[in-house]
Amino acid sequence: MFTEMVRDPAVLVITATILAACSGVPGLFLRHGPLGQRLATAGALAASLLALPALVSMLASGARAGFVIDWNLPFGACEIALDPLSLFFLIPIFLVFPAGSLYACGYWPAASHRSSEPSVTFFYGLLCAAMALVVVARNGALFMIAWEIMALAGYFLLVTEHEEPEVRSAGTVYLIASHIGAASLLVLFSQLRLATGSFLFPGTGSLQLAAASASLIFIAAVVGFGSKAGIMPLHIWLPSAHANAPSHVSALLSGVMLKIGIYGILRVVSFFPGHPLWWGILLVLAGLISALMGICIASAQKDIKRLLAYSSIENLGIITAGIGMALVGQGTANPRLAYLGLAGALFHVLNHSLFKPLLFFAAGSVMHATGTRDMDRMGGLAARMPWSAALCLGGAVAICGLPPFNGFASEFLLYLGFFGEARAPEPYLALGAPVLALVGGVAVISFVKLFGITFLGAPRSPEAAKVHEAPAAMLLPMALLALLSLLGGLFPQLFLRLVHPVVSAVTPATLRYPGLPVRALWFASLGGCVLVLAAALFWYLRRRGSALPAGSGPTWGCGYLRPTARMQYTASSFGDMLGSLASPLIRARITVGGIAGVAPAAVRLSYIPEETILYRVIQPVFSVVGIGFAFIRRLQHGEVQIYILYIFATLFLLMFWVE
Amino acid sequence: MIDTLLHMVLVLAMPPLILGVIGKTKAAFAGRVGAPFLQPYYDLSRLMRKGVVLSDTTTWIFRAGPVVTLAATLFAALLVPLGKHPAPISFEGDMILFAYLFALGRFFTTVAALDTGSAFEGMGAAREVTFSCLAEPTLFFALITLTRLSGTMSLTPMLQHVTLSVWVSAGAALLLMLAGLFVVLLAENCRIPFDDPNTHLELTMIHEVMVLDHSGPYFGCILYGAALKLYLLGALFLNIAIPFTGGNGYLDWGIFACSMLALAVAIGVVESVMARLRLIRVPQLLVAAMILTAFSLVLVVR
Repeated sequence: MFTEMVRDPAVLVITATILAACSGVPGLFLRHGPLGQRLATAGALAASLLALPALVSMLASGARAGFVIDWNLPFGACEIALDPLSLFFLIPIFLVFPAGSLYACGYWPAASHRSSEPSVTFFYGLLCAAMALVVVARNGALFMIAWEIMALAGYFLLVTEHEEPEVRSAGTVYLIASHIGAASLLVLFSQLRLATGSFLFPGTGSLQLAAASASLIFIAAVVGFGSKAGIMPLHIWLPSAHANAPSHVSALLSGVMLKIGIYGILRVVSFFPGHPLWWGILLVLAGLISALMGICIASAQKDIKRLLAYSSIENLGIITAGIGMALVGQGTANPRLAYLGLAGALFHVLNHSLFKPLLFFAAGSVMHATGTRDMDRMGGLAARMPWSAALCLGGAVAICGLPPFNGFASEFLLYLGFFGEARAPEPYLALGAPVLALVGGVAVISFVKLFGITFLGAPRSPEAAKVHEAPAAMLLPMALLALLSLLGGLFPQLFLRLVHPVVSAVTPATLRYPGLPVRALWFASLGGCVLVLAAALFWYLRRRGSALPAGSGPTWGCGYLRPTARMQYTASSFGDMLGSLASPLIRARITVGGIAGVAPAAVRLSYIPEETILYRVIQPVFSVVGIGFAFIRRLQHGEVQIYILYIFATLFLLMFWVE
Repeated sequence: MIDTLLHMVLVLAMPPLILGVIGKTKAAFAGRVGAPFLQPYYDLSRLMRKGVVLSDTTTWIFRAGPVVTLAATLFAALLVPLGKHPAPISFEGDMILFAYLFALGRFFTTVAALDTGSAFEGMGAAREVTFSCLAEPTLFFALITLTRLSGTMSLTPMLQHVTLSVWVSAGAALLLMLAGLFVVLLAENCRIPFDDPNTHLELTMIHEVMVLDHSGPYFGCILYGAALKLYLLGALFLNIAIPFTGGNGYLDWGIFACSMLALAVAIGVVESVMARLRLIRVPQLLVAAMILTAFSLVLVVR
C-alpha cells in the first residue's frame, strides 16, 4: 500500500508541496543558531528532488491525477488535479524555490538577521506551497483561499525590512493592487458559478456560453490575473515590490509568482471550446505594449532591482503576446500560429524562470557586497567578484534573447509565428516582429548597462572598491540556473518536450501540427559553433599575445591626465540617450540645490527616473479616490468587538439575500 | 561543394578590399592618390604582429569582446547568400538568427568598451546600442516585406526570389526598402553620415571611440569583424538590388564580386559628398528609414 503510494508521482508532488509548506516551521521554534534555516533548506531541496522527477515523468507520459479532499464547507467538492497545464507551472515553482532557499543561506543568514530570518524562511516555504496549491486547485473557493495565502505570504516576505518607509509603502501598494485583482477574480468565479452551477472548474473546452457572459469571464480573468502578471497598465505595484523585497524573495516573486497570473489566464481560456478573435488580439496588443513600455522604462533605471522588475514586465508582455497569438491562431484555424504562439509563450515562461532569478541573485550578491542598489555607485566589481560577474553576464545575454542562450530559442518561436503571418491575406500580426525587434534592441541597452556599469570599469564609490565575492551557497544556485539557461539554448528540444503536452492539451487544434518547424540540431550547432569559434580565437590570441611584447597602463584618457572614476559614464547617463526619445514614458526628476554667492558652498544634484503614467495619471486618480475613501475609513477604528459585529451583520444580510 | 568553398573564400578574403576601395574612392574625390587598395590587408597583418597594451581597469571581458563579436559575425557569414548562390546554411527563420548574431556582437563590443572605465568609451557604447536598436526594426520590416513577396522564411530563397519580374511588379516597394536598408547599412557600419570611421578624437564618435583602448591582434579582430559586417550587410542589400543572373554559376560569382566593389564605390561617394549629421539628427533619420520600409510593406500588402 505504502510502496504503491510512493511510486505514484502525483502523491510525490503533493508530498513535496506539504514538505515545502512545513519547511520553515522548525525554524520558528529553533530561534537560536542557523539550524532552522539549514533544516528549511534541506526540506526545500528534498521537496524539489521529490517533485521535479515526478513532474517531468508525468508530463512526458501524459499522466493525469485527481484527488478530492473531504471537507464539509459549503463550496462543493474540494478537488485538486494534476493535468499537463498544472504540471508545467509547478516546474518553475519547484526549481526556483530550492535555489532561493539555498541562496538565502548566504544572503540572509540566520547569524546576521536573527530577528527576521525565521519568518522569512517560514513564509518562503508557505509562498511556494500556496503557489503550488493555486496551480492544482480545481475549485473556485479553494483557488481563492490558496490565492490569498499566496498574496499574503508574498506581502510578509516583501515587508521583511519594514523599518524602512519605502518598503512599507511598497507593501501597501502591493496589498491594494493584489486585492483589486482578487476582487476581479471573485467576479470571475461567481460568474463561473452562475454558468456551471458549482464552484468546480469546468473541464477543458466544455464551457459553452453566450458571447456576453463568456466575454465578461474573460475580461475578469485578464484584469485579475493580468494584475498579478504585471501587464501594463496593471503593473503599478510590481517595480517597487520587487525592488524592495530581499533578493531571493524578488527572484521567487518575479521568476514564479508572476507566472501564476499567466497560468490563470491560460486556465480560464482553456475552459472555452472556441474564442472570439478579439480575445487573442487584445492579448497580443496588451502584451506587445507592456513589453515595449516595460523595457523602455527599464532602460532608464539606475536602481539595479527596479531595472530587473521592469524587465519582468517586458518578459511577461512577450509571454502574453504569445498566448494572444495562439488564441488568434485557434480562432482563424491556423494550427501553425497556435502552436508557435503557445509553445513560444510557455517556453519563455520556463526560460524567464531561469534567467530572471539568476539576475536577481546576481543583484543580491552585488547588494550584499556594496550595500546599495544604486548602479551609479557601483563599478569595477568584476575584478573582485569574478564568478558573480561571469554568471551575471550569462543571465544578461540570455535575457536579451541572444544566441546561444535559451531566451533566443523561445523568442525565435514567437518570431516565426509573427513572420509566418506576413503570408496571410491580412498580415496585421506580422507587425509584431519589428516591435519584438525593437524590444530586443532596448533590452540590449538595459542589460549592457546593468552588467557593464555594475561589474566593469573602475569603482565609482569607496564601497564598490572593497567588495568581496559571494559565498558558495549563493554562487551554486546561480551557476545551476546559468547552466540550465545555456542548456535550453543549445538543446531547446529538451525544454520543448515539457511544453508540447501542455500545448496540445490547451489548444487541441495544434494536434495536427508536427511541432518545431526548424531542426533542433541547428540550435546546438549554432551555439556550439559560436562558442567553439570564440574559444579558439581567444586561445589563439592569448598564445599570440604571450609571444609578443605586452604592456599595461591606465586607460587612455584622450590626453587628459587626471581622469577619475567619477568621470565614467553612469547608469543614468547610459540610458539617457534612449530616455530622451522615450520621454512620454519616463522622465527624470532632477533636483539641484541653489547656487548663490561668489564662493558657493557644496551643492547636491539628485536624479530620479520617474514613470510618467504612474506619477502623472495613476497617482492623481488615486489621491482623488483617497479623498473619497476618507469617509469610509471612519468604519476602521480598531475596536475588535465592533469588527466582529460587522462580520455578523454581513453574514446575516447575506443569509437574507440568499433566502 | 565548390560553391560552398568559394563562398567561404570570398567571405573571408574580400571584406578588407571593400574598405580599400572605399578609401581609394574618397581619396579620388579629395584629389589625393590615396592608400593602395590592399592597405587594409597590410594594416591587419601589421596589427597581428604588434604587442598588446591592456588597461589596468580591464578584465577578461575586455579581451572577450572582439573575440565573441568576430565569432558571431563569422557564423552570420554562413547565412547570407552571395549573389545567386545559396548560403551554406539555410533553414526556416535564419534571418532572425542573422539579426541576433549582430546583436550578440554588439552586446560584447559595448560591454568591452564599458570595461575600460573611460568616459568616452561609455559614451560611444551608449550611442551604439541606442542607434542600433532604432535600426533593428527597419531590417525586420524589410524582412517581413520579403517574406510576404516570396512566401518563404529563410534568407536564401527569400533573396533569390527577387528577380526582374518581381522588380517589375513591386518595384516601388523594393525601391523604398532599398532606401531603408541603405540607411541601415551605413548606420550599422558606422559610416558617414552617422559616424566617421577615420577620426577617433571627437566627442560625437560612436564606433571608433568604443575601441580606443584595444590594440594589437585584438584591434585586428575588431577591424576585420567590422569589414566583414559591412560585407555581409552589403551582400544582403545587393541581393535585392541586383536581380540579374548570368545564367552561369561562375559568371554569377563575377557579377556578385563586381557589384560588391561598385557598392564600395557608392559608399565612398556618399562619404565624400556628405557631411556627418548632427548627433540629434541621427535618430530622426533612422526612424525615417524605418517608416520607409514600413511603407514598402504597405505597398506590398495593398
